[in-house]
Amino acid sequence: MSAGHRLLGAIDVVVTDVVELNPEVKRFHFARPDGQPLPAFSGGAHIVIEMKDGDVTRRTPYSLSSSPFETDDYQVSIRRDDNGRGGSLYMHRSVTPGMAMTISHPSNLFSLDKRATRHLMLTGGIGITPFLAQTAQLIRTGGEFEVHYGFRSHDVAAYVDELTARIGHRLHCYADDQGQRIDYDRLLSSQPAGTHVYVCGPTPMIDLVLSKAKEHGWPDAHVHFEHFAKAPPGEAFTVELKASGITIAVGEEQSLLEAIEAAGVDAPYMCRGGACGQCETAVVEYDGELLHSDHWLEDEERSAGQKIMPCVSRFRGKRLVLDL
Amino acid sequence: MATPAASLPFRDETFRDDFTFRNSPETVLRAPFPFDKDSYMYAVNMELHKDGRPGTAFEEPIDVDEHYVSEMRDRALVLDEDPLRCQSLPHMTLAGWDTLELLMTCKAESYPEWFSLERNGDQWRWINRPLGIDDTFTFGDETTLPYGPLEYITRQAQGDFCVLDERQGNFWMDAGIVTTQADWSLDFDIGMNFFEWHAPVPLAHEKGIFKRALKYLLSIQQGNPARRLNWTMTVNPRLDTSPENYHQWGPENTHITPENVGDKLYLRIELQSFWRLPRSNALLFPIRCYLLSMHDLTTVPKWATRMHRVLKDLPDEIASYKGLDNYRQIAIDYLAPYDDGKPTSKGPFPD
Repeated sequence: MSAGHRLLGAIDVVVTDVVELNPEVKRFHFARPDGQPLPAFSGGAHIVIEMKDGDVTRRTPYSLSSSPFETDDYQVSIRRDDNGRGGSLYMHRSVTPGMAMTISHPSNLFSLDKRATRHLMLTGGIGITPFLAQTAQLIRTGGEFEVHYGFRSHDVAAYVDELTARIGHRLHCYADDQGQRIDYDRLLSSQPAGTHVYVCGPTPMIDLVLSKAKEHGWPDAHVHFEHFAKAPPGEAFTVELKASGITIAVGEEQSLLEAIEAAGVDAPYMCRGGACGQCETAVVEYDGELLHSDHWLEDEERSAGQKIMPCVSRFRGKRLVLDL
Repeated sequence: MATPAASLPFRDETFRDDFTFRNSPETVLRAPFPFDKDSYMYAVNMELHKDGRPGTAFEEPIDVDEHYVSEMRDRALVLDEDPLRCQSLPHMTLAGWDTLELLMTCKAESYPEWFSLERNGDQWRWINRPLGIDDTFTFGDETTLPYGPLEYITRQAQGDFCVLDERQGNFWMDAGIVTTQADWSLDFDIGMNFFEWHAPVPLAHEKGIFKRALKYLLSIQQGNPARRLNWTMTVNPRLDTSPENYHQWGPENTHITPENVGDKLYLRIELQSFWRLPRSNALLFPIRCYLLSMHDLTTVPKWATRMHRVLKDLPDEIASYKGLDNYRQIAIDYLAPYDDGKPTSKGPFPD
């Protein structure tokens, strides 16, 4: 699957509303300009939002947080990241109702396992967003679930009231500033057979849940996680694209993949978050340091220095040549 | 099933017993001929399934041709004898509704004179004129249809349909309807993953084909279906060449003679397509069968030449796996006079 200049599976939408949920999180609503329904999707799916920020085009994935059964209105909820490459800042500062934007078709790397007899959902902070869609799906299609939601404090915790109204006692909240913590050992040691566990949140939380699940003997097939890496900003660098015969510059706040696309080179991608493996690219040669930020390559592959995931990873050094 | 209106352009024919199946000359020319060059080897020969060439089987995303009504009658006969040809594990019902929606919307859009779909919230009305069907039902409510959603709509759609659940970075064959297959069984493969159901295929595993094919299939997204072609050969225009009925068709493999090969031996083409389903995140895998007799091929000089070269050079393991050993040489001899030894033009389409 490759992109070219237009986003893969692009859908033209209009921003119908922007709602400030708390000082850090805004919710963005999208609809088709002609009012026709958007494609149906499954809980856990994300869309890629294309942001034209001056000369820079950013394409960033965000989980859909609306109900999969409400296809007139896609919603994503975005936390402002003051230290990121600027995508969330652009969304928070520049996107207003009435704006025309382009999004991708939904795709899902964090699907519910429909065979599960019970779904145990563990989340921290803005990681709540895929579970908003998944719980809406389970309420409609039937299925037992429980959500455990940790956050720093109630004033930056999105959706607590909505979820309480919607799922009641199946929501368990843990506020850091009140000394409340999710008891992973208790939860992971007390589930009935047939339970699947899902985790989405900050990296340390995901790593902890994965290691606790292993400790408590959970089979890998019953443990699901959503782990979008952010393409981090970094020093500018140049890269030679061997097959295309060109050398391109990657800006400080541009991802390697975005720079490749801006040069008109067709590169494969799907998640743009270092998780799906589609953009895996062969490194022909390099003199310097490959700065891997993905969750796809194995440790041995990283140390071999023959592959890179351009959607999130960068480079520092004298020379990098890619097979593109 | 009601009798189709006589004015519709569908042939009344059989795929068993007296085998009255025939292709019109137009149907031969629009067939998805599977060889884009003069030799054949397994490859991950995927391409996007959209913007199809006019006048070919690729023109519409779900193709309906002159055999539609008779193929659906043959499917009903197979299902009467063997209900296990359609199965759906309990977690696949949502994918069945996705399939129903996809097939209804594609057909109504491509062939408005034959099919129409009216949607009013969850209340849907589906009209299938060739099959004389006019049903109103509630989308998502199985009790409002005479069959489950997958069986209901695939009793009205040519080709087999596998529905693959995605889990653990793999696909699992957890639902399907399979009555027009090249010697494989849904009942045997149900619940298997991608590597398990492909285990019998020779050579391709060693070439890493299945690992690459799986990676490609996992990347298929909504709105961007893909396709590939596969092929084998079949004696008589029989759709249901299943392991379950091997006793009926297996012996026919020895019935080919130089005298009857033109009309009795068929190139069996599979147009396989791959569609990401929206609500279930499953992958729909339709396998549509097209049959061309050796005589049909000789009406298109480029195709007869190419078929001759492919059969001559085919590796023996592949010929045996496809079951061609009994008649391969007879077919080569039949096609030889149509091969002038000159290069053929590029691509699969007729000159």
